Amino acid sequence: MGWALALHGGAGDIPRTLPPESREPRLATLRRCLDLGSAALRDGRAALDVVELVVRELEDCPHFNAGRGSVLTAEGTVEMEACVMEGATLRCGAVSGLSTVANAVSLARLVMEKTPHIYLAFDGAEAFARDQGVETRDPSHFITENNIERLRQAKAANRVQIDYTQPLKGQQAPQDPPAPVDDNCQTGTVGCVAVDAAGNLATATSTGGLVNKMAGRIGDTPVVGAGTYANALCAVSATGKGEAIIRHTVARDVAALMEHAGMPLRDAAARVVAATPRGAVGLVAVSRAGEVSMAHNTTGMFRACATEDGHEEIGIWTDGDAL
Amino acid sequence: MARWAIAIHGGAGVDPNLPESRQEEAKRLLARCLQAGVDMLRSGAAALDVVEAVVRELETDPFFNSGRGSALTRRGTVEMEASIMDGRGRRCGAVSGVSTVKNPVSLARRVMDKSPHSYLAFDGAEEFAREQGLETVDNSYFITEDNVGMLKLAKEAGAILFDYRIPLTGTDTCSALAGAVDNKHNGMVMNGLPISIYAPETVGCAVVDSTGACAAATSTGGLMNKMTGRIGDSPLIGSGTYACDACAVSCTGEGEAIIRSTLARDVAAVMEYKGLPLQQAVDYCVKERLDEGFAGVIAVSKTGEVAYGFNCTGMFRGCATEDGFMEVGIWE
Repeated sequence: MGWALALHGGAGDIPRTLPPESREPRLATLRRCLDLGSAALRDGRAALDVVELVVRELEDCPHFNAGRGSVLTAEGTVEMEACVMEGATLRCGAVSGLSTVANAVSLARLVMEKTPHIYLAFDGAEAFARDQGVETRDPSHFITENNIERLRQAKAANRVQIDYTQPLKGQQAPQDPPAPVDDNCQTGTVGCVAVDAAGNLATATSTGGLVNKMAGRIGDTPVVGAGTYANALCAVSATGKGEAIIRHTVARDVAALMEHAGMPLRDAAARVVAATPRGAVGLVAVSRAGEVSMAHNTTGMFRACATEDGHEEIGIWTDGDAL
Repeated sequence: MARWAIAIHGGAGVDPNLPESRQEEAKRLLARCLQAGVDMLRSGAAALDVVEAVVRELETDPFFNSGRGSALTRRGTVEMEASIMDGRGRRCGAVSGVSTVKNPVSLARRVMDKSPHSYLAFDGAEEFAREQGLETVDNSYFITEDNVGMLKLAKEAGAILFDYRIPLTGTDTCSALAGAVDNKHNGMVMNGLPISIYAPETVGCAVVDSTGACAAATSTGGLMNKMTGRIGDSPLIGSGTYACDACAVSCTGEGEAIIRSTLARDVAAVMEYKGLPLQQAVDYCVKERLDEGFAGVIAVSKTGEVAYGFNCTGMFRGCATEDGFMEVGIWE
């Protein structure tokens, strides 16, 4: 028993040659978020508050594909989505199609707590944000130079989806092979799972979606059971190729294996990841007993975890490689 | 050769005082749609085509809450949603916030077949429908006199359609709750609405064809008096709709409860991980996996079984199997 925390900043084909200027700010953000979440849990904050707090911080970081730094649709706009879920009560909230809300995860929580519904999208979600008086920004606030360039390159290559972490041309080290045209993994989604000292579980995930996505596209992140799920046994946040995660109901399946087959967390997570096409998924998960899994079948996943007994890990590729 | 089977529904949570004539009308419609599916299956149609065709029939008839006859948002508009899933390869497509597409289930299928994505919503979904040349109509086509009246009643009942079993923090819901469970409605409430006003949500179909392929589709107008932008369980893969190699499932009822329990996927997960046969898996999920919510489930297995289950007052449903069994029913 004891508290535990895990977070991610996306899984995908992250090149091992990722230049320091792309790597370091992300690792620093993971470190800062891990410390923030750990301190909150140490102070006795509830798991639900902690996952919201950490995901807000990740959304505010322009280096990840959520909140500020969200990738752009084919129309050059941002459409953000997020989901939050509390394990003990199975309460959950989700939002899609946000273009002005500074922190999508907090609006998802308000949908959970202040509406009769679970999931609001597009204009209705924006109207609700205004009713609730949450912080909004001009849509241009979310759009970074890097993402304008990513969209341009995706369109030039006629790629509907590109790997968010592929270095932009010009940044690319000469020995790097060019990104394959059919490489359509999605990296940069952020998520956090936590179990607090009282054994309460919670999860939250937030994303800008896919580069060059069709306007109106919904991915796995806000779909309860796909990108996000928590119950009394575990909390899970997934990232990767959204369409694969939806059809494999990845987050719920980790919980379902624990619930229906009696598997421990790590075995359940490993089995779900192994059953999903290679390169498609990564997840972070914690169990009520304070176990952690950060399983992925992608080249890498920006990730970090901490537990009450002092174990800490921050990584991108193989375990512990970036400590 | 496998044996085909089909199950359909037109919503769970039926007013026990529903007039006899409406009951008969519902049964006739269910029987007609079921027969259309059976005819297709007999002539060798694929499960995916059958679920789409049957749901299109159910959408086109104004009786149930999908397509024409959809429940209205607070603003008196229609926002429809649907999903479809092919058990083979678990391909899927879903749409939400559709306001002019005559048959949302067919748009969901186009998303699956013709887009790189699985789920499109609101303006983007409408735009895609136009690109694909799907039949569109004015939003008023979907709005029936009955539903205009129901929306008025829902508003008068003070039923803001909250998921009333889950305590809300920081909001005053007492007055709404008092209105919703007023004794003149025998205290029977679905989704916060008196059962006499509640429109049984959603239509759906689950099919296994004679090659053993499973598919499911679900379509809905959502909740009467819902907030604009509200997404329910119907378009969510794993909640309202699910299909895999082993089975196909479509759910209906209180959407929020179905989402929390990922009900459709769980029927399949219980078969897969607990080894239960189809009907036992449906019973287990309805009994053990729904929290306080009311819902109904229809399902078929790859071996040609059909099953249904619900924990509320009735479900509009019908099922048929290759060996000649056919049933249309409302109550237990």
